[in-house]
Amino acid sequence: MNTGKTMSMKEAISKFVNDGDTVYLAGFTHMIPFAAGHEIIRQGRKGLVLARATPDIIYDQMIAAGCAKKLMFSYAGNPGVGSLRCFRRAHEKGVPAPLEVEEYTHFGLSGRLFAGATNMPFLPMRTNLGSSLPPENEMMKTVTDPYTGDEVSVVPPLKPDVAVVHVQRADANGNSHIWGIIGEQKDTAFAAKRVVISAEEIVEESVIRSDPNRTLVPDFIVDAVVHEPWCAHPSYVQGYYDRDNEFYVDWDKITKEHEATLKYLDEWVFGVEDRAQYMKKVPQSKIDSLTPKPAYSAPVNFGSV
Amino acid sequence: MSDVSTTELMVIVAARELNDGESVLVGVGVPNLAANLAKRLHAPGLLMVYESGTVGSNPSRMPLSIGDPCLVSGAKSVCSMYEQFAYYLQGGRIDVGFLGGAQIDKYGNINSTVIGSYKTPKVRLPGSGGACDIASNVKRIIVITPHEKRRFVEKVDFLTSPGFIDGKEGWKKLKLQGGGPYAVITSLCTFKFDDATGEMTVVALHEGVTLEQVQENTPWEVKVAAELGRTPPPTQEEIETLRALDPDKIYLR
Repeated sequence: MNTGKTMSMKEAISKFVNDGDTVYLAGFTHMIPFAAGHEIIRQGRKGLVLARATPDIIYDQMIAAGCAKKLMFSYAGNPGVGSLRCFRRAHEKGVPAPLEVEEYTHFGLSGRLFAGATNMPFLPMRTNLGSSLPPENEMMKTVTDPYTGDEVSVVPPLKPDVAVVHVQRADANGNSHIWGIIGEQKDTAFAAKRVVISAEEIVEESVIRSDPNRTLVPDFIVDAVVHEPWCAHPSYVQGYYDRDNEFYVDWDKITKEHEATLKYLDEWVFGVEDRAQYMKKVPQSKIDSLTPKPAYSAPVNFGSV
Repeated sequence: MSDVSTTELMVIVAARELNDGESVLVGVGVPNLAANLAKRLHAPGLLMVYESGTVGSNPSRMPLSIGDPCLVSGAKSVCSMYEQFAYYLQGGRIDVGFLGGAQIDKYGNINSTVIGSYKTPKVRLPGSGGACDIASNVKRIIVITPHEKRRFVEKVDFLTSPGFIDGKEGWKKLKLQGGGPYAVITSLCTFKFDDATGEMTVVALHEGVTLEQVQENTPWEVKVAAELGRTPPPTQEEIETLRALDPDKIYLR
């Protein structure tokens, strides 16, 4: 049964992302839904709280485009390259607009999502004590362990207004198979109030049901399903494409000045209608070089009675 | 061994600190090289765990970032980000963690968050990532850092990842399950930490380095071990194996 959730990225963002929302585009440096970020920029969303463990280039772009009022994160670098210059420009100099920060450790932020996904009142964890971070973030508190009397660090649940989770394959209702580095995808989907799935491939429900262990996100928590091949370019998708590392290195140069960053956005975000048009601008030789050779896992036997 | 770069030397010295059969939480870059070098030489049973949740990785290339699929292909297991921090790190299953940062003080406290004040930073750095979580939970923390005056400071501008705080006594009050800082490997020497006070102590000087040079580049009065050693020079095998790991010299500049 098709419940009518399939739509374009344009429709999904227009329907489910509002000004002022707390937005979580999932993916721990892998399967980052760049196409969703670009569509949010094109539709001119403002005042967003952008949450991600690793803001990566996508949030750098959204900050430069003026979408964000606050960044919630745990590691704000260009992974494997260096700084996120747009984030730094906004936070250090207020360009193009001042940016608040709400900062955690990786355990702290992924713990907030876990607590949000499982509706816990708060989550205790063995970290943060002795660090300068808790005094700078009023959401990080301590409680007395009722069993030992020791001081314990706690974080509150995070329930983003909307999450976009990119997956390798989903059926039309949003049952989603994910493999490789699974990051915070499942926790984000369960924690968020609204969930948009984007998928490299849309497959029959029978394909999903043939391997239910691989379904990290079930359809009944999904609001929209977008078929969006190459959604995560320039980041990676296991089995589908490699990281466009040249772009990650170039981003450091592109973003040296705010004006040059805007020029990039004009060409690659505002200058295209959607991801399909964006991919037409990427040379075929680049696409070929990013496409991995197949390497399949051994099949498993589910048996039949 | 004049043709060995300081980065190569630091990686080789760090690799020697890893023992066969241990589990190590690895970041991309220099720590990844140290772990892979140890695994290829004296520690074939080293279990490499990455922050992104891959366990028992055997990367076929230098990972481009912590989310590189090459950390997954051929690994023993992959789990979610939360599970990695909860089951492996907080679960007390990681022996060694590598950390780096912009500043370090004599108790091994590390700053990777801001230079200047937090609210109005002079330089905003990437932040903790998993560093504070790693520092709080692994049995031994190893730091690899160039020995520069701006990095070794009396007091870190921001304490991102706890070392021994203001000394071993203060650290004990936090009741962290980890063992705290174990070694700091610099371009000049190897420091370990005094059992009683938790203070950084020079235990070995690299070839051609004098104590005066270490002191000149360290703003506090440097403590020296009773038996000060010399770092054994890198062997040909260490150098060749290391260079083969990073043929494009992405990290081995």
